[in-house]
Amino acid sequence: MTEIKHSARGGVPLDPAAPLLVVEDLQVEFRLREGVARAINGVSFELAAGQTLAILGESGSGKSVTAQAIMGILDSPPGFVTGGRVLYRGVDLLQLPERERRKVRGAQIAMIFQDALSALNPVFPVGWQIAEMLRVHRGLNRSDAQDQAIRLMERVKIPAARQRARDYPHQFSGGMRQRVMIAMSIALDPVVLIADEPTTALDVTVQAQIMRLLQDLQDEFQMGLILITHDLGVVADVADRIVVMYAGGLVEEADVVDLYAHPAHPYSRGLLDSIPRLDQKGSDLPAIGGLPPNLLHLPAGCAFHPRCPLAQDVCRSGAPPARVELGPGRAAACHFVDQTLTAGRPA
Amino acid sequence: MIPVIIGATFILFVLVFALPGEPWQGRCGERECPASYIEAFKREYNLDKPLLLQYLLYLGKLVQGDLGVNFYNNRVIDELAVRYPTTVKLALIAIAVEIVIGIAAGLLAGINKGRFLDSLVVVSTLVVVSIPVFVIGSVSQWGVLQLHLNDIFPVTAAQGTIKQLILPGFVLGSLSVAYVARLTRTNLVENLRADYVRTARAKGLSTGRVIGVHTLRNSLIPVVTFIGYDFGSLMGGAIVTERIFNINGIGGFIFRSISQRDGVSVVGAVTVLVLVYLVANLLVDLLYGVLDPRISHD
Repeated sequence: MTEIKHSARGGVPLDPAAPLLVVEDLQVEFRLREGVARAINGVSFELAAGQTLAILGESGSGKSVTAQAIMGILDSPPGFVTGGRVLYRGVDLLQLPERERRKVRGAQIAMIFQDALSALNPVFPVGWQIAEMLRVHRGLNRSDAQDQAIRLMERVKIPAARQRARDYPHQFSGGMRQRVMIAMSIALDPVVLIADEPTTALDVTVQAQIMRLLQDLQDEFQMGLILITHDLGVVADVADRIVVMYAGGLVEEADVVDLYAHPAHPYSRGLLDSIPRLDQKGSDLPAIGGLPPNLLHLPAGCAFHPRCPLAQDVCRSGAPPARVELGPGRAAACHFVDQTLTAGRPA
Repeated sequence: MIPVIIGATFILFVLVFALPGEPWQGRCGERECPASYIEAFKREYNLDKPLLLQYLLYLGKLVQGDLGVNFYNNRVIDELAVRYPTTVKLALIAIAVEIVIGIAAGLLAGINKGRFLDSLVVVSTLVVVSIPVFVIGSVSQWGVLQLHLNDIFPVTAAQGTIKQLILPGFVLGSLSVAYVARLTRTNLVENLRADYVRTARAKGLSTGRVIGVHTLRNSLIPVVTFIGYDFGSLMGGAIVTERIFNINGIGGFIFRSISQRDGVSVVGAVTVLVLVYLVANLLVDLLYGVLDPRISHD
């Protein structure tokens, strides 16, 4: 098994000592008819083996675009990576020729999508879709690949996997479909798994099962997991580290405990305050006023200033410091980090 | 299917009956037919009986596979048997043209959306759709003759050989070729935006496989359906194309039979066409279920 894995990984000269995945100053823009939208504006983070990194943000904050840029599956045009590096074990994926990159994609860095009903091909049986990974990347023949697909379906706890492998995506429940998606993503024992809102389309009880399954698989294989979500509850349960994104930029990076206890960016604070709490029953739920900015017309200065309770003239006139270091692995992009840290939670 | 056949034959029967003019007109030279001849003619073909009884007598024979004898004393089934192979050949050539050229053009346009090839296909299909078949047919004949290619692509097809039917087949298929190309293009473009295509790319598949396997299968479902229905209607002959190229097919036969008030031939031929069309539709429906599992299982 491991030998097959190594031979499949031949071709790309990986450095085993280098960090698993490093994203450095990633820049993505969408060249639309209406103008150029800067979807990702200098995002950096690092992921270690066995670690869970949550990327948190509202719709349109650039979470999914970041994931797609790492995978190399941006819709292009209109999306283009215009700068930065994505280092996988020391190799910059953005510089690899497409043929080489395809060997990494799906095999070593795999991805799970939000809505498995639309993300799975409606006209092929699920077993075939899982087996396709093994046939294309490992050159397995049809029946061996099918057998292994069934084993993968068993591993993600799909009952009666052998019979169900012949079924089509629409014949599965939402939770089972997401399991199929997961089975497909882990087919080649990837070392990095990117889960783009894996539970958003599911019932709450099913959400918990899927998250547990992902955690079990992660523990078993020591995968690095990037969890893209806007669900703060999910994050608190499973993430080790969090990066918070706003309008295509990274506003805060921290350990999960630190972020929940002492958010350093007003946006992070706003997000946390908007979680309903039992001890505040009866009072209005604080919300971040206003709407996320239009990426085609970002506000001058700090992108968050129109919605920020702490905004001063300095926020409107110039960009905030990209990183105010707050200790190891902890940084925020704000002029008023100290005020935010010390301010108590508003009642 | 059976109610459709009964309904179709009945409507046809009534319509033919309602046509002005009498079938014996012009059968007695320059003068009026004598009353005795008309009497005999009516008795011979049951025309003296009430319409409903005529119909039931006809239907009784039809279920035994007997399409009757027309007013020229030829068995309708023989008339059809002579002409049907030509019509089938012509339809097959037209369909082959639709499949090969239509789908290929649609794919090229869809993959290169917004670029030169796409515009070329979109504009040229628009031109083809806008020109009536008789113009395309006549112009193609003229072109072939101008280029002295008549030996390779004969401009008439009296014997209905494959070679003779190639040019008419292209002309007949041209209208649907444009439609197939556009349908393929639209569906491909739409499906390329689908989430499952992004998944396929995330699986590390080559672009060829993403388009050729994952997108194509979904994009061709409506195209196959259209081609199937089109084949059903092409099997009914092509009156205009047949006339231009002097082809002795079903379309021309029905046209002649109508103008000669030959009701037995019209009803017999059209009944067969309805049957063929229904079978083609049934096959398309079955095929649809095979192509799109969501249909058969729901």
